[in-house]
This record gives sequence, structure tokens and C-alpha cells, in this order.
Amino acid sequence: MQFFLEVMIGGLLSGVMYSLVALGFVLIFKASGVLNFAQGAMVFFAALSLVGCMEKGAPFWLALPLAFGIMTLLGIATEKFVLRKMVNQPPIALFMATIGLSFFIEGLAPMLWGNEVRRLDIGLVDEPIPWILDNWNMVISKFDLFASGLALGLVALLALFFQYTRVGRALRAVADDHQAALSIGIPLQHIWALVWAVAGFVALVAGMLWGARNGVQFALTFTALKALPVLILGGFTSVPGAIVGGLIIGASEKLAEIYIPPLLAGVFGGNFGGIEGWFPYVMALLFLLIRPEGLFGEKHIDRV
Amino acid sequence: MIKRFKQLTLATSLAVACFAAALPAAQAAEEQFFMIPSYRVGPYGANGQSFYGGFIDYLTYVNMKGGIDGVQIAWEECETEYNNAKGVECYERLKSKAQKAPGPIHTMSTGISYALADKATADHLPLAMMGYGLTMAVDGSVFPWLFPLVTTYQMQASAIVKFLKDKSGGSLEGKKIVYLYHDSAYGKEPILALQAESRLNKFTLIEIPVAHPGNEQGAQWQRIRQEKPDYVILWGWGVMNMTALNTAQKMGFPREKMVGGWWSGSEEDVIPAGDAAKGYTSATWNVAGKDVPLIADIEKTVYGAGKGNLKDTSKLGTILYNRGVSAAVLSVEAIRTAQAKFGKGKAMGPEQVRWGLEHLNLTEARLKELGATGLLPEVKTSCSNHEGSGKVKMQQWDGKKWVPLTDWIEGNKALIHPLFQADAQKYAKEKGITPRDCSKE
Amino acid sequence: MFYRETGQFKTSYAADQQIFPIRQDRIGIGILLFVAFVVIPLTAGNYWFNAILIPFLIFALAALGLNILTGYAGQLSLGSAAFMAVGAYAAYNFQVRIEGMPVLLSFVLAGLTAAGVGILFGLPSLRIKGFYLAVATLAAQFFIVWCLTKFPYLSNNSSSGVISVPGVEILGFRFDSPQSRYLLVLTIVALLALAAKNMVRSTTGRAWMAVRDMDVAAEVIGIRLMRTKLLAFAVSSFYCGVAGALYAFCYLGSVEPDGFSLDLSFKILFMIIVGGVGSILGSFLGAAFILLVPIFLDIALPWFSELLHLPFDGATVSHIQLMVFGALIMFFLIVEPHGLARLWQIGKEKLRLWPFPH
Repeated sequence: MQFFLEVMIGGLLSGVMYSLVALGFVLIFKASGVLNFAQGAMVFFAALSLVGCMEKGAPFWLALPLAFGIMTLLGIATEKFVLRKMVNQPPIALFMATIGLSFFIEGLAPMLWGNEVRRLDIGLVDEPIPWILDNWNMVISKFDLFASGLALGLVALLALFFQYTRVGRALRAVADDHQAALSIGIPLQHIWALVWAVAGFVALVAGMLWGARNGVQFALTFTALKALPVLILGGFTSVPGAIVGGLIIGASEKLAEIYIPPLLAGVFGGNFGGIEGWFPYVMALLFLLIRPEGLFGEKHIDRV
Repeated sequence: MIKRFKQLTLATSLAVACFAAALPAAQAAEEQFFMIPSYRVGPYGANGQSFYGGFIDYLTYVNMKGGIDGVQIAWEECETEYNNAKGVECYERLKSKAQKAPGPIHTMSTGISYALADKATADHLPLAMMGYGLTMAVDGSVFPWLFPLVTTYQMQASAIVKFLKDKSGGSLEGKKIVYLYHDSAYGKEPILALQAESRLNKFTLIEIPVAHPGNEQGAQWQRIRQEKPDYVILWGWGVMNMTALNTAQKMGFPREKMVGGWWSGSEEDVIPAGDAAKGYTSATWNVAGKDVPLIADIEKTVYGAGKGNLKDTSKLGTILYNRGVSAAVLSVEAIRTAQAKFGKGKAMGPEQVRWGLEHLNLTEARLKELGATGLLPEVKTSCSNHEGSGKVKMQQWDGKKWVPLTDWIEGNKALIHPLFQADAQKYAKEKGITPRDCSKE
Repeated sequence: MFYRETGQFKTSYAADQQIFPIRQDRIGIGILLFVAFVVIPLTAGNYWFNAILIPFLIFALAALGLNILTGYAGQLSLGSAAFMAVGAYAAYNFQVRIEGMPVLLSFVLAGLTAAGVGILFGLPSLRIKGFYLAVATLAAQFFIVWCLTKFPYLSNNSSSGVISVPGVEILGFRFDSPQSRYLLVLTIVALLALAAKNMVRSTTGRAWMAVRDMDVAAEVIGIRLMRTKLLAFAVSSFYCGVAGALYAFCYLGSVEPDGFSLDLSFKILFMIIVGGVGSILGSFLGAAFILLVPIFLDIALPWFSELLHLPFDGATVSHIQLMVFGALIMFFLIVEPHGLARLWQIGKEKLRLWPFPH
């Protein structure tokens, strides 16, 4: 039982890390209806820019806004040179364009900053908290707790931003109906550039945490694959959905990896570990069969 | 405007087609041509960068010193992105240039090696797979053109077991060892060897696979924490390695009890893990550092003349850079061996290079001549043994650099080599190949 | 002028409904087939066969499969590579396990196996739509590849999970030379493309398009959604499965499950987007484009940087390649979202009036 709990808590905490990446997807999808596959590449680019600036001698507090500036530029450029030209095209074409964008970024990032694997030290060690380890013999990592706190703070910040600022209101209006928003004078293109910048910021936070954990390298782009099932489960348009989805996926995938392979091995014989690659997807798929628009997604109504 | 674009794209696509048609180019007379299907982008680009940097730097170095007895080396790189189909395309593209006087081909990818194995055999081009690839090709009677030189996963696994045995006082009986591996062909190859070792040495082997790419290993390490093994053998690639080290730290598993394979033991794997990597041990078949005279000389000669392949010279002397140099050393030595038999100062044909690879004898004395003492173990190949060494060294990461822990350790050949032969025989039967008789070679 | 249809009168329904109603098209296709079947085998070199033509045809077939599903039936899928993997492994198993199995039959059976798996993973499409479905097909992608890695039976107990296929032999003839393998692949692809062209003109194809354009409306006019969607999945997977079998038997010779990765799925998706969604011709054009551009860049960029004495090292050139490739994709989508097939159509219109446009 205690082991079960430990695995579950570990999973929930990793789930928050997935949520962080999923959040970037949600923001862009919500505002412009684009499933931005380049989010993973953006996480990579953001982390690399951060480390790159630090290597050039900037202290952490300076490198962070610098990297954010770079991500903002990237967002504006994407809006200006790609999305603006693709207005009124089917969502699949936009989706494809973001895959093209991800190739572009995957080439650009290492070209600017070099492609060696780097370490990002944010002064936090991924170690168990001794007090919990001694008293309950459970491993809860300081780093994971900090990351979760940061993620929750970020979500709260975004929620406030959406709810109470002028820009946030405009954003919500755009998300609701592009044309209506345009007709009341909301500058759609500024809003989109802004959303990409915010998504860049989320990518920066995700890249910082993932990079501190696993090193800053190309593999950061794979974080997108962890985020997609979270996205389906939570719904493409819901910020709280991304968090809840992340928690569910994180916990269930860890539990599944521990408890399902022995069952399968009992039936077929052999070694069936490594189900983490597909389990979240299959789970999300089964979940969709019950609720096709995800946990918090908007219900889609077909009109003929 | 849009119309213009459309015409432009039409014209570009035509130009693409025409350009691709004008591929093959001429080749000078006395040159040994190396096709280099390298990768410098993508998830493993950082690893490829160092390896192929070292490889090409050594070729440049040989050329600057007058070539292989006067024969200059030419080469051409082709980006594979560690992708099998692209690797095949590169191979086919460069094949015609290499057919006259080839150098051994190094793909540094198990997948591409598999895809090229049949093609290289059919085209009569020697394919080297140093520490990766189709390991059953150790049996040269079935695979005349394939050379898993120096050592193989299986022999390495066996050597690691031997090291652990010495470490725990000469016996592993009743011990528990976790094999944490990348869930792919690469990770699965040594399992049979480890199982054989576990029967022989009576330890419990627990195999835990990690799904690609391995950037999240919470569950696996929680299981390791529960099992409380005596040792963990880590068989990762790329991001999986540093994630394993970090997660081990998170779970409080001592890194001193973790031993990695050679693809889990480069600077690229440990530096990003920071302090979490301190004390971690890994196997390697070449040592790191610039204190090897050859590496120092390359830096002086090649980089001094501004002909170095790498922009970032801090990579010189890293494990993978030195591994690239070692791979090039062995390739060039094979051609020298061939020249000694078939005529000095001439470019060697495919069959001759193959002969050279099969009769390599890289002794300690020769290594000393090359200034490569201690860089790699002695290698002596033959028809029935395309591996030639089977030795690895253990090294420990002290937080700054790799420190060699042991001398060369040889795996249990008597146990492992029959496994290769059994696999090779099965393969020969499936494919309808009649093995050569090695006693007549 | 070249495409003038004037004077081509149709006097029967059969003539009116033939695949290529315009004479110029018929001549063009005739020439194309003649070049593909006769001229190319006589003139092309090994590099062209092994590295370009064979993979081009195989990828075109896979793209055709995906185009049926995505372009005609409107179901976005990111799992094509997995269905190729099913085809490759199924063909291998039929071939290795059943003594004296004809290769062509095992290709067909491989296609059917893939179709079966396709139907299974198509079931969610009855409830899930759009991007949700796309991401759900990723489940197929990862699950199938995992299964192939995990069940040693499927790879005939190979210790590494890699399969190495036996040679192709039909009626005593061994397809060893690149030319012969090219002709085999070409024949299969041409036949399947013809079948596809006919299928999309038939009731089935029209039902697919109706579902694509609006499934509720299609249901209202009496199209059975379940049957239509699942059929699309089955046919699409059949094509992908045969492509996978050819990929293993006629192209690579040995495959591992990891080779059928998500990247390959994306590549196939790129082909249909660049080539033209909902176009048979587009599948071929797209496959050619996606296959040739990286090769072109690989050759042209180093040459170009040497010419201009740009201080690029190998790594930078590789990075630029990736960037240019990504930029080209975006550029294409911006300039011509309907793909190369659309460009061809525009060209045809032009030729019809040339040299006297209004």
C-alpha cells in the first residue's frame, strides 16, 4: 500500500511536468484553433536560449528575460510570416505548418547555440526530502515539489491574466469567436502574436524545469509526446484540463508501468515493461470513447 | 504575387529533379575513398558530432602526414539523422564512388548497420560496426564483409559482470542485478548473454525496459528502489542516460553501484546530470583525455593548421571524440595491413581492404608507434573472429573527468562466442548462405 | 492548345465515364507508363533504383493509403507507419512460417492483416473527430510498435527484434537485381493506384467524400457512417500494409520495429499535404517531393557553401538543411495549400488556352 502511494505521488508530480508542456498547446489552440506541434521544439529552443545566454555570461536573472525576449520574437515572427498568411485555411494545413515550424526550430536552435548537451543548474537538487524519507520511508523529491508549485503558480497567473486584464478579456473574446472579436475592434493579429509569446513563456518555464532535470538537449522536443495524451484527456481548450489531465496521466502511467507488465507476463510469459510509451494514449483513447471532447473540452455541436 | 510564387515553386521542383540527376562525380586515381554516413542533427546529433569529428580529424591527420604510404584519403559525408532509410540513401549515393577503393564504413547506428548488412555484403563493401550493430557478425565465416570490431555488447555485458564479481569479492552468488535498458534492438541484444551469465554466476537478473526516449523513468526507479538490487547495469542512449542518473539520485540509489555500457559512458551523458553522476562507473573500449600522445598531436597538427573538423575544440579528448579517432585508426591500420600484403603505396580494392580488416594485428608495439598507447586495447582479428578483442576498461566519473578504474577486462569468451555462432548459423540457414571454411583462410 | 478538348465527342456512357476522358491524358499516361516500365529500367543506374525509385514508389503507395483515409474520407491519421509495420511483419511471418508460400500472396495477406488492425483502430473514429482522432491514432502508432518489440513470436524469436527478410522469388524467378525489384514494386503500385483511382470514382469513394465534407449530412442522405468510415480505414491500412511489406522485402531487406516510428508517419502525412489532399496524383508528387528535397539539399548546400566560401562546418550545413526543409513545408502550405496536384491542374488549364489566353 505504501509502495502504491509512493508510486502514485511520484506519478502525480511527474504529471505536473507534462501539464506544463500541455499548457502551451492549450493556450495556442484556445486562441487560434491551431494544434501547435512545434510546442516541443519551442521548449527545446527556450531552454537552449536560456542556457546559451548564461554561457555568454549573463546571470540567471538576466538570462531568463533575455530568453523570454527571444521566444517573443519567435512568436511574433511565426504569427507574421506563417499564421497571418494562412488565415482561413483548414486546421490540418495549420497543423502541418506547425510541424514544418518544428523542423525549422530544431535546425535553428542548435545552429544558434550549438548542439552539445548542456547542464542547466537552477540551484535545486533532485533529491528526496530527508524528513519524509525518514518518517514514512517515501521518496518525495524537492525538485518535483518545487516544479509543481511553479506550475500551479503559473496556472494561477494565467487564470488571473485571462480573467482580469484587458488583454486577457480580448483573448477570451478571440477564443470564443474570431469574427465577432474582429468586428468589435479587437486586433486579431496582435492577440495572436501575444498568445504565441505567452506560449513561448510557458515553453520557457517547461524547458527550464525539464532541462534542469534531464539536461538541455534535443530530447526536450520529445516532451511534446508526453503532453499530447494529457491534452486529449483534458480537452484542447481547457487550462484546468491540462493540469487535471496531467495529474491523471502521470499517476496512471506510473501505476500501469509497475502493475500491468507482471500481469501480462503472467499471461504470455516474457518481459512486458516499457508500456509508458503507449499507455497514456490508449487510456486517453478509451476515455474519449466515453467523452469525445475530453474532460473539460467544449462540447462540439454539429449543425447541418 | 501568389502566381509568381507558384511559377517559382514549379521551377524549383524541376530544378530539384534535374540537380538530383547530376549526381555521380569523377574520382582521382590513387585515393582511398571513405564514405561517412554521419549524423549531426536530431536527438543523437551531439554524440555524432564528437564521434565523426574525431574520425575525420584523424583522416585529415593521416593525409597531412603523407597519407597511407603515399595514398591520400578522400571522403564524403552524408547526413543520416540516425534514420535507417536516410542511411540507406546515403550508402547508395556514395556507393559508386567507394567501390574502387573503399574505406570501412562506420554508421554508428545499430539500425542503419542492420539495414546495410545485406547490401554491403552483396556490393562487397566492408562495413565496420565498432561496439554496435549486428553482433553475430563476429562469426566471420557467415559474414565476410561485416566487422563488429574491438568488442560487442555481449562481450561487454560479460566483462561488466566480471568486474562486478571482482568488486563483490569474487562471487555474485545470491546477488541481485538490475538490467535497465533502452527498449530497442540495441538494448535487447545483450539479454541472452546476461541470462547466461546469471545462470553461470548464480545471481538474480531483473530486466527493466525503458520506453523510447526514456526521458521519464520514475516508475522504473521506484521498482528498483523496491527491489533493492546490489547493482544496476545501465544500457541507455542519449537522454535516457542522464535521466537514469538523475532519477537514481532522486530515489537515493548510490551511483557507485551503477555500471553503464559504453554508450552510457560519455561526457555527453554525465555532464548534464551534474553532481548526480559523481561516482558512476561505465565501461568503455577507448579512454578519454588529451594525454594520449596521438590526440595531443592531432590537436597540434590538425587544429594548428586550422583544418579541424570541430568548431568547439573542448570536445577534443572526450570519450566519443577519442572513439571516433580509434575507429579511424583501426580503419587506416586495416588498409595498411592490406598494403603490406598487396603492395605499398597503392589504393586498396574492396576485397583487399576486407582482407586487411580480417588480418588486423594491432599490437601494443604498433599502438605505441602510433602514439595511441592505452587509447584502445590490442586488436587481432581473424576469419572466425571479426571482433578481435572483446576487452573493455572501467572508468569512473569524478565530477570533472573520467578516471580509469581498471585495466582491460575481457568478457567470458567461452560463454559468449558460442551464442554468436548459434545466431549466425540460424541466420545462414534462413538466408541460404553457405558459411566459409575458416580453417582454409 | 495542348489540352484542347474540342472535337473529342463522347457517343456512349462508357466513353464518358472512362478514367481519363480526355485524349491528351490518355496519351500522357501511356507515355508515363512506357517510360516507367521500359525506358527507366533500361537507362537508370543502381543508385536511382535503390535509393530513389524504389522508396519513391513504396512511399507513394503508403501516401496513397493515407490519402484515401485522410484526403477522401476525412479521417486524420498519424499512425500510417504502424500499419506499414503490421504489413512488413505479417508478410515476414507468412513467408517464414508457411513453407512454399508465394510471395505475392503473403503481400496480399499482409495487406489484409493490416486492414484488420486498421479496422480495430478505426473504431474510435465513430465517436471521435478531428484532432482528437489524430492524437488517438497515435495510440495505434505506439501500441503496435511496442507489440512488435515485445512479442518475440512476431519477429521469429530474433534476439534483437530485428527481422531480416528472405529473398523475393516468384515462379522460380529471383528478384535480386535492383531493376527486377523496381519492376515488381512498380507493377504492384501501378495496379493498386489504378484500383484506388477507380475506387474513389465509385459509390464507395463518393460516400467517403460525403462523409469527409460533413458526416451528419451524409448520414441524413442515407450513407451508413460506420460502414463507410471503417471501410476507409480498412482500405487505407491495406495500402499501407502492402507498402510496409514492400518496404521490408524490396527496399531495406531488414527492418526493426523502431524504424516505423512517428517520424515516418509524419513523413507520409507530409507527402499527402505537399502533394495534394484528396488526389491520387498528389500522393505520387508529394512522395517525390519529400524524398527528393532532403537529398537535393544534402548535395546542394555543401556545394553552395563551398562556392561562396561560407564558413560552414558539417554540422551547420545539416542544421541549415533541416531549417530549409521546415521552411519549404511552411512556404508550400502558404502558397499552395492544395498541394502540387493543384499546381498541375493550374498548369493544365493554362495549357488548354495557351498560346491564346483571354
